[in-house]
Amino acid sequence: MQSLVYILPELFLFIVATVLLVTGLFLKNIKLINLLAIFSLLVTVILILNQPFQSAFLNSFIVDEFSLVLKVIILIGSIASLIMFVSSKDDLNINIYEFPILIIFSTIGMMVMVSANDLLAMFIGLELQSLSLYVLAALNRNSLLSSEAGIKYFILGALSSGLLLFGISYIYGFSGNTNFNLIAVNINPESLGLIIGIVFVLAGLAFKVSAVPFHMWTPDVYQGAPTPITGFFALAPKIAAMGLLVRFLFNSFGEIYIDWQQIIFFISIASMMLAAFAAIAQTNLKRLMAYSSIGHIGYALIGVACFTDEGLRSLLIYLMIYLIMNIAVFAFLLSLKRNDGYFENISDLSGMHKNHPLRTMLIALIMFSLAGIPPLAGFFGKFYIFVAAIESEMLFLAITGVIASVISAFYYLRIVKIMYFDESKEEFDGSSIKSLNLLYYPSSILIIIFFIYPSPVINISEYAIQSII
Amino acid sequence: MSEIPILSILIFIPVVGIFFMLLIRNNDDQSSQNLKHTALWITFLNFIISLSLLFSFDLNNPDFQFVEKYAWIESGISYHLGIDGVSILFVILTTMLVPICILASYESIKFSVKEYLISFLALETFMIGVFCSLDLVLFYLFFEGGLIPMFLIIGIWGGERRVYSTFKFFLYTLAGSVFMLLAIIYIFISTGTTDVETLLVYNFTTNEQLILWTAFFTSFMVKIPMWPFHTWLPDAHVEAPTAGSVILAGVLLKMAGYGFIRFSIGFFPDASEFFAPFIFSLSVIAIIVTSLIALVQEDMKKLIAYSSVAHMGFVTLGIFTFTVQGIEGGIIQMISHGIVSAALFLCVGVVYDRLHTREIARYGGLVSKMPFYSFSFMIFILASLGLPGTSGFVGEFLVLLSIFSINTYFAIFATTGVVLAATYSLWLYRRIIFGALIKDDLSEMFDLTRREIIIFLPLIILTIFIGLYPKPIINIIEPSTEKIVNQIKMKLD
Repeated sequence: MQSLVYILPELFLFIVATVLLVTGLFLKNIKLINLLAIFSLLVTVILILNQPFQSAFLNSFIVDEFSLVLKVIILIGSIASLIMFVSSKDDLNINIYEFPILIIFSTIGMMVMVSANDLLAMFIGLELQSLSLYVLAALNRNSLLSSEAGIKYFILGALSSGLLLFGISYIYGFSGNTNFNLIAVNINPESLGLIIGIVFVLAGLAFKVSAVPFHMWTPDVYQGAPTPITGFFALAPKIAAMGLLVRFLFNSFGEIYIDWQQIIFFISIASMMLAAFAAIAQTNLKRLMAYSSIGHIGYALIGVACFTDEGLRSLLIYLMIYLIMNIAVFAFLLSLKRNDGYFENISDLSGMHKNHPLRTMLIALIMFSLAGIPPLAGFFGKFYIFVAAIESEMLFLAITGVIASVISAFYYLRIVKIMYFDESKEEFDGSSIKSLNLLYYPSSILIIIFFIYPSPVINISEYAIQSII
Repeated sequence: MSEIPILSILIFIPVVGIFFMLLIRNNDDQSSQNLKHTALWITFLNFIISLSLLFSFDLNNPDFQFVEKYAWIESGISYHLGIDGVSILFVILTTMLVPICILASYESIKFSVKEYLISFLALETFMIGVFCSLDLVLFYLFFEGGLIPMFLIIGIWGGERRVYSTFKFFLYTLAGSVFMLLAIIYIFISTGTTDVETLLVYNFTTNEQLILWTAFFTSFMVKIPMWPFHTWLPDAHVEAPTAGSVILAGVLLKMAGYGFIRFSIGFFPDASEFFAPFIFSLSVIAIIVTSLIALVQEDMKKLIAYSSVAHMGFVTLGIFTFTVQGIEGGIIQMISHGIVSAALFLCVGVVYDRLHTREIARYGGLVSKMPFYSFSFMIFILASLGLPGTSGFVGEFLVLLSIFSINTYFAIFATTGVVLAATYSLWLYRRIIFGALIKDDLSEMFDLTRREIIIFLPLIILTIFIGLYPKPIINIIEPSTEKIVNQIKMKLD
């Protein structure tokens, strides 16, 4: 019974979601349901902040500084995508009241993921999150692309879950435990079966964070899914999966880090390089953002590969900055509409600085920030990652990282080029949507002024990692 | 010293200006005129404030002055500003050139005036920041941050091939600089600080020095630029609007020269000594090769751009002699080149605004229509080729003097560069200004307007003043240069 208190935020969200699901049937007001969902997510933030640090359910569910920070980040991402939803639901043909509820369910899954300290809890969280996301991706039933995205995501996702489960069974078989701490205690460094298990679990998790070579689904799903959902994909699930990855590797396999470090090393380099080259040829903005997110995950993985507190700290700093930048980008994407039609091609941005000077200036700066040009926030994210990499003597990772960031600067610059240097087209009327501006302006201004006072983000990260190492 | 954080004020006044300009919303001619006036007054105010630096600057103190230090990112990386004799002149050069640039763009910038001026003010912030920062991370922040406004200035208001040029400029410099970032991080990890004052007395091992020096060198070599990585410069210059070229030649190239003096030879004296013959060879090649290339140019801006590469060759020659004369010569050469090449680009801008071509062959015999213009152009051309009595002579002379004392062969080759410079400069002048005025479209040309005279006058005065009486400048530079040279000698022994 005591354990239920420790999962109070998750429990609260679950009750809210169930109640909303039933009331939604009678209440035809989607806006109200969405508002209630946002409100309950905010309440959850407060609940999380006031939670005592403890482990529950025989140490399979942990509430600590790390989970607290990641949960708040995830909830911010969920709230942002609900705000995006309300601004675009009529035009995108996703005017369905299940949307906020599915987001809540998925959020619960992610919250379980970052708290999981047991292979089974991890799998439950992962599946709850994924199943909701499969439905969300296919939410626009009239769109061929959206249905394709949903099916593709589901089939590949199911396959990766299978791999993950297979790996879990190996780990259980060779260590006799499912609890992360107990695995760490009973670990046999010589055991080949454990390594096989780790490889399969990492493959499954790499799929969830969309790291190369398990990234194939990302561009199609990003492009096909309705934009608020794409935004959600980019914001929350990757952060949750990253948190899970860290806890899984650090808590249970810290002793044999030499073995898994190589794997992370490889997928990190592969993600950075592939994304840098593949994004150059994209014409669709959402596809481009998909590759951009693959690249960013590659950088974040450097932080994991270091296996130091410095690395973990840089990972969290990176994820927070990544979240803010993506909120700005997706709020911007949703404002690109004219006569109820949305524009997703890069060429549609042509010359938009004539009609929307301030908005374009901010998004151009966001692009520079994504490319990691100082003094914008994205630079600091990369800076800390490289500090961690060089400190743990992974010079090769750092050098590949900077080379990839120069290459990827090209495609971010291309967007700036098209917005500023090319002939201008008609005005977009999405710039007047208040709820989007509520996301867009604060997040982009945060990115720009980050350098003046970066300590809060750094302090939060330092606070979060103290429970892991 | 005074309690007022004068360097921060200098750095952030343009930012305040940007906020003011964002408030001016309308898009008609009247408001764009207002925007230009606002930007002009803000940058002029900044210039006046920077002059006050000169009065309260303690000439006998070789250390950093006007120091400000606040905790910034974490322990070891702080917001640390300060200037000494080496950097103060660059700060003033920057604050002087920016209002001139804005004045020069009054007529030529026709669209998106607000974005243009905001870019310029942001650029000014970054440029002043580079010369004031005494922390490597802060330095990198300003050094790279300047790429963003410059990318936009070339890309939006540039010529026909502006997209190609601006991408080349951005990616070239970015690719060079990221290795400096890694080196800075390495320094931070191995010493626990990025504070310049602390690092100047820190001794790196020789192996560390060689690697770190190379990383810093990659960045500065591209930026200054040295042969064979100079190819972005002519492209960027040709396509940039006049004011963009002015600021590029006047200040941006100097950031790298300043970096060489402050960081390369200051932190890594052993490596610098080891690589000095390499630098000398590259510089001499640059001086001769780019001068020869300049001879065959048909585009005025391209010619001046190549001559910039040659002039920067003298700068690197001087710096790596590790003598007081050489470094002083390098600094004076940079200041002089900052004034003279900026003025030459402005001269090109004047005729370009009238005829909209930079092809040398389209001009000829302008002296009969534009006497004042011909006069000012002549002064700058003579200063550019290093005629005694102009600012160009002082720097080149000191550099050649110091290189002679080190190695005669390099000195001989470098001196041929002076002859070549005279050839291409005078030939350019002859083709544009002299001869008979036979081309029809030139008959419409009119002489300098009042605005243009205001632009040129301070530059002419400075060119001649530094040439005839360089003592005050040397007085400012000398104590700090001596300190740098002594420090290097101490470390080498």
